[in-house]
Amino acid sequence: MTVADHKSSRRELALRKRHEWRTLLKHPASLIMRLSAYFAAILTVGVLLYLLVHNIFRGIPHLNADLFAWKYTSDNLSLVPALINTLIMTAFALILAVPIGVGAAIYLVEYSQQTSKIIRVIRLTTETLAGIPSIVYGLFGSLFFVRFLGWGLSLLAGTCTMAIVILPLVIRSTEEALIAVPDAWREASYALGAGKLRTVFKVVLPAAIPGILAGIILATGRIVGESAAVMYTAGSVPEIPGGQNFLHDPVRTLAVHMYVLSSEGLHPGSAYATGLVLMVMVLILNTLSRYFAKRLRVKAGQKDANE
Amino acid sequence: MNAIRKPQVRGNRIKELLMKVIFLSAALFSTAAVLIICLFLFARGIPAINEIGWLNFLTGTRWKPSDVPPSFGILPMIVGSVYATGLAIAMGAPVGILAAIFISKFSPPKIRRFINAAVGLMAGIPSVVYGYFGMVVIVPAIGRTFRVSGASLLAAGIMLAIMILPTIIQLSVSAIDAVPATYYEGALAVGATHEQSVFRVVVPAARSGVLSAIILGVGRAIGETMAVTMVIGNQAVMPESLIRGARTMTTNIITEMGYAVDLHYDALIATGVVLFVFILIINFSFSIIKNRGIKYDGS
Amino acid sequence: MTNNEITMEEILGHDVARDLTDDAVLDIAAPLSDKIAFEIRDLDLFYGDFQALKNVNMDIRQNAITTFIGPSGCGKSTLLRCLNRMNDLIESCRIEGSISLYGENIGGNNIDVNMLRKRVGMVFQKPNPFPMSVYDNVAYGPRTHGIRSRAKLDDLVESVLREAVLWDEVKDSLRKSALALSGGQQQRLCIARALAVRPDVLLLDEPTSALDPISTSKIEDLVMRLKSTYTIVMVTHNMQQAVRISDETAFFLLGEVIEMTDTKSLFAMPADRRTEAYITGRFG
Repeated sequence: MTVADHKSSRRELALRKRHEWRTLLKHPASLIMRLSAYFAAILTVGVLLYLLVHNIFRGIPHLNADLFAWKYTSDNLSLVPALINTLIMTAFALILAVPIGVGAAIYLVEYSQQTSKIIRVIRLTTETLAGIPSIVYGLFGSLFFVRFLGWGLSLLAGTCTMAIVILPLVIRSTEEALIAVPDAWREASYALGAGKLRTVFKVVLPAAIPGILAGIILATGRIVGESAAVMYTAGSVPEIPGGQNFLHDPVRTLAVHMYVLSSEGLHPGSAYATGLVLMVMVLILNTLSRYFAKRLRVKAGQKDANE
Repeated sequence: MNAIRKPQVRGNRIKELLMKVIFLSAALFSTAAVLIICLFLFARGIPAINEIGWLNFLTGTRWKPSDVPPSFGILPMIVGSVYATGLAIAMGAPVGILAAIFISKFSPPKIRRFINAAVGLMAGIPSVVYGYFGMVVIVPAIGRTFRVSGASLLAAGIMLAIMILPTIIQLSVSAIDAVPATYYEGALAVGATHEQSVFRVVVPAARSGVLSAIILGVGRAIGETMAVTMVIGNQAVMPESLIRGARTMTTNIITEMGYAVDLHYDALIATGVVLFVFILIINFSFSIIKNRGIKYDGS
Repeated sequence: MTNNEITMEEILGHDVARDLTDDAVLDIAAPLSDKIAFEIRDLDLFYGDFQALKNVNMDIRQNAITTFIGPSGCGKSTLLRCLNRMNDLIESCRIEGSISLYGENIGGNNIDVNMLRKRVGMVFQKPNPFPMSVYDNVAYGPRTHGIRSRAKLDDLVESVLREAVLWDEVKDSLRKSALALSGGQQQRLCIARALAVRPDVLLLDEPTSALDPISTSKIEDLVMRLKSTYTIVMVTHNMQQAVRISDETAFFLLGEVIEMTDTKSLFAMPADRRTEAYITGRFG
């Protein structure tokens, strides 16, 4: 397209837009419909922006060296131990949940006969698991891991609880990634005499990796942001666990840290700053996840639908 | 020429079978998790309700765990949860659906991508961040407007309305996107404007998807804990007014979990059981409505 | 605009002319082998309640090109997929009757399907290279069957890419993604990939239907060249293609084989009225 073409098409577009609005003025009902849709969209984005900007402006002045001191004291209110605990918990929960979740998704997509009863049961329970609120997970973790298994408020109990929380997320995103892999590649592999395992591990999984990663990153976001399910399973001790028995130490994660700071009501600045750190983490994770989801679509040879 | 008779490589077949069993056990893990969760909650919660008395527990309006004798009536919390959720849906659903209509039908691709990213981010922001925002912005605003303390059902409702927006928007967008273009074109062909076609034909055609989006929003709202507990005031009394404090089932658990023992602890588990039953009913209706969704083939 | 028309004419002209090239005539005129690769006896195939193949009996000759023609949904691809048991992947599919490859029944439970598929390679309608490098695509089959030696793989990859007349085009980009190749190149790569496990039989399921005329003629040349080494069974929707390259043709209609004989006779003097109606374009 030449520059002139581009210009004229632009002018045409502008003309059409003007015409469109003139039509709207003749149909007041349509005008109201359109304006209400615009209003809702602006309101949604507006709320988000207000929240972001509010948090950034209130948070940035309080991002000081104290907040990032290695050890937490009631003076510096350092978020570093909580941050490190969060990372440790995330890593362990992913180590537990990802193999199980990916394995489950492989079974659901690659092995099962879609009409069989057992598949329906597995799907139903996975959906149920996805709908259970954090607080119920927290109750269960407190009953099962903390009390029944006698682990006490501990990194281990929190990690296991979170592993169950993210399991349906991992299963579903992996399922979607596997389904996005074209059947033509599976057929090609079988036609070369490859068995199911080889087909899954050498052809299907590698192609689905970006989608699986997108899901894992979303799951990471869930762990980072979770508070209700970890408060009464992992506890609220703002120290980095150490020693041989570190799995049994009670720990405080970043989200719980923020809850404690804000509910005490004494340190609004630190709460803002902690919230800002949380939001930046979520923002990064979200962006990464979208990037990988896009990679999956490109890799699986689908056209890049506008999401 | 190779023979094609098996078993040539016995190990391979065993490996295939073994891995299949491993994958199946992984798949059964979530089923096992649901069963164990139910088992542990119900095994602890039901006896507690029996001890308190079903009627006393479910319809009692007094929650006084430290009285002698204590009373454990969770009706105020059930009502609180229903009110807060109702408010959230009343505010969040229209905005969410309209925003979904905008994303699906009125936005150029660039803006669509931007809003999608924004909605995705909204879905990812932690409850505590929302809760803190509510605590320092919404609660004082309500306090100033109505000359009350501000921590109230209304604050919780607004908070939850914001938090369920991404759920409602994302699901509604996919429902509206799934309506075939022929519906829209058909409406245009009989002289409707773009807006009329969208609002009177396309959106109604997507109603089961939109409805399931709302139901999922109800599930999110009723189960939300942290953000609500930071703005609702947590008074365990029957809600009298929207601008007064109240307590939901979730916040009942989180506020007292830290120090509850014996029957008190069990009563909190029992509160969780009631909440869990609510959630199961909501999930169940969600999957029914989702599966009953209109098949766009004219039948 | 005029330019385009001329090109189309050229292509069409070239296509038509190909029927008459000496090469093609020579190939078809070469004596057919008497050896039978596949014997299909009383084959019925059902998808659930629907019968997709009815009482099929057929012999497929070694080192010949056999094509299946017929309107869509007539069962030609279904039969092709029986020959390497790709239908096993479809849950509702049920097969009665027998197919044997060099006297060995391939339908039984005592058959290692993977070994069968190693001997009976397949190329699909749409080019489906794996999202890997050109080299890894070709090496996938041999690696599957246990060849690990780097040198052996290198040799094998080169020789099958030469067989598939693709070597000169890709020898400098073996490490690049196969998805970057053109459609025609991708399909030749898929043929090379199928050849790399050294099959006896090559099944081609409408291999040129997604390709442009020039790529199509390249694939046709390649297939004719391959028949000295392999037994080839091909499904095509293009009758001209069957005439150009095949030795024997089977005409399918509604799940039945209406007639099967050498290609020339089938097209010159069809025995059945339905065959005649189809090849003269009255339906399909």
